[in-house]
Amino acid sequence: MSEEEQKTILKVRDLSVEFQVRGKTLKAIHHVSLDLHDGETLAIVGESGSGKSVLTKTFTGMLEQNGHVSGGTIEYNGQMLTDLKNDKQWVKIRGKEIATVFQDPMTSLDPIHTIGSQISEVIVKHQGKSKSEAKKMAIELMGRTGIPDAAERYGDYPFEYSGGMRQRIVIAIALACHPKILICDEPTTALDVTTQAQILDLIRDLKEEYHFSIIFITHDLGVVASIADRIAVMYSGRLIEVGTVDEIFYDPRHPYTWSLLSSLPQLATKDTNLYSIPGTPPSLYSEIKGDAFAPRDPYALKVDFEREPPLFKITDTHYARTWLLDPRAPKIEKPEIIQNLHERIEKQMESDFMKRAETEGEVNAS
Amino acid sequence: MLANGSEVETVLSIRDLAVTYGSGKSALTAVEHVNFDIHKGETFSLVGESGSGKSTIAKAVLGINPTSSGSINFEGTKINGKLPQKLRHSIDRKIQMIFQDPAASLNERATVDYIISEGLYNYHLFDSEEDRENKVRKMMEEVGLLPEQLYRYPHEFSGGQRQRIGIARALIMQPDLVVADEPISALDMSIRAQVLNLLKKFQQEAGITYLFIAHDLSVVRYISDRIAVIRRGRIVEVAETEELFTHPIHPYTQALLSAVPVPDPKLAQHKKLIVYDPKIHHYENDKPSLVEILPGHFVYCNKEEEAKYRSELAAVAN
Repeated sequence: MSEEEQKTILKVRDLSVEFQVRGKTLKAIHHVSLDLHDGETLAIVGESGSGKSVLTKTFTGMLEQNGHVSGGTIEYNGQMLTDLKNDKQWVKIRGKEIATVFQDPMTSLDPIHTIGSQISEVIVKHQGKSKSEAKKMAIELMGRTGIPDAAERYGDYPFEYSGGMRQRIVIAIALACHPKILICDEPTTALDVTTQAQILDLIRDLKEEYHFSIIFITHDLGVVASIADRIAVMYSGRLIEVGTVDEIFYDPRHPYTWSLLSSLPQLATKDTNLYSIPGTPPSLYSEIKGDAFAPRDPYALKVDFEREPPLFKITDTHYARTWLLDPRAPKIEKPEIIQNLHERIEKQMESDFMKRAETEGEVNAS
Repeated sequence: MLANGSEVETVLSIRDLAVTYGSGKSALTAVEHVNFDIHKGETFSLVGESGSGKSTIAKAVLGINPTSSGSINFEGTKINGKLPQKLRHSIDRKIQMIFQDPAASLNERATVDYIISEGLYNYHLFDSEEDRENKVRKMMEEVGLLPEQLYRYPHEFSGGQRQRIGIARALIMQPDLVVADEPISALDMSIRAQVLNLLKKFQQEAGITYLFIAHDLSVVRYISDRIAVIRRGRIVEVAETEELFTHPIHPYTQALLSAVPVPDPKLAQHKKLIVYDPKIHHYENDKPSLVEILPGHFVYCNKEEEAKYRSELAAVAN
């Protein structure tokens, strides 16, 4: 994962986003800096309102009318996206270079056009193919994304498809113009567990085949472990920790990341309460002094209420925004429940049928 | 149908239930041959994919959906089909519901005070205005809402707080059974835990029985005593929680469990997904039924499969 000098495809520097709501200014993103490496899967994790969707909307110029980038830059492959002025300029990027798969496949498909025509439309428009060529390519894409009898189902309407199949179509449309970056905004949240697992497998396979980078937005840390190379954790519009998937799971440093991991139901036992974070996330209207998480943070220091912490560097790939990393801060261990996370979960799964099925499989294989 | 039915008290007993929507040619049987018991004070979970019939069963229990055959017995009384109005009224108090989307299920033009009191008004469960107010205040405190929020409207609350209002209005009726249909699906990770802990607290204090409907198996494992897996309107497996997670027998249950995300990068990378193929069953001649394969562990299978499962279980035991 950390090959030296990885190519950076998307460079976000000191980005801030503001919205005008009923005469008030609401700051949704606070000075976020983030890199997306070529070919990696970067997960952005955070609760609703943490700004994860807003952040990625700025990459395709899709902020709502009342929102604007108020500071900082976004650079894609040497081009300053923050300099783009109108939709005409954005069209060259949006969909073509950076495509998005949204949470709800029903609302992102047009209910009155056939599935097939919605895919081939994109191919005709962006790749300049003829209609019959586009149809052929669309059917091929449908097959690739796991639609059985693709040719026969080309003329179906979205309502004739199940949720999982619709999401496959949305992915097929997104991939129709071979984007370099695929933004997946909670692509599996509305789906069943079995369908979710299949869609995650599909995204992983297609990434190998089509060579794109993924930004995967989710609030569920469980999903992220299997798909991400790196994880960025957001809270209240700020990037509070970023690291490789192993660093975030096995060596988290920010108290908010600690509490996210602690509240995993897999770590709770029947006779104890689930760990819950007290309080609620701060309102975006209120001016926050110091660390935004401090009021909910049992480990908060006095300085957390006064000054916002900088991003402290832990390793070349791992950064966290907490005063606990200041050399003057008292030494605080992460909560016991997430120490030896791997051993804990392995132990819990030991008796499980999945684990057993796996080891039995190995025995059979040898 | 209970294995060790000596000590436990059955709150809800469902026998051979079927629910059909529509009639004639367009009739659709949503669930059929549903059998299970829920014991007093336990959390019984129904898991399955969307469209499997989980909510249909819940609605039948609440008397919202008419049933087409079978019986639902609640505390010894048959509660499906036509009921005398008085009986219906008293059952409606004892079985309460918590909905998935707290934003859609609260009357947005009513204050929290009214929303929580509505059931009390309907059943005249208070002696005086002062008594009602005390009851509401006490309930708000128990679910972690503040007294000064009493006259606010639902839109002034966050999702987690709205779900607390939903819980408060259900539990103020002092129900025996609470049907919770995906009560935490719409909530954020950090808020989920708060709501689950709250439900657990009420169970411990008041001995409430829960029929819990969910699709997130990691949460289900934490809260449930027993689990029923439902697929396409049929229950395919019923067992105690740990038994189900350690010895799932039906191939569909195995597929479902294999799909649960593992929050550990090292383990997640080696995870294999099992795909369920309904064609493996041959039910043309040898008809299937729900068979008690181990004490308290039921699986939907025919004679041939039962023999196969039993020999597999014997192999594991050795």
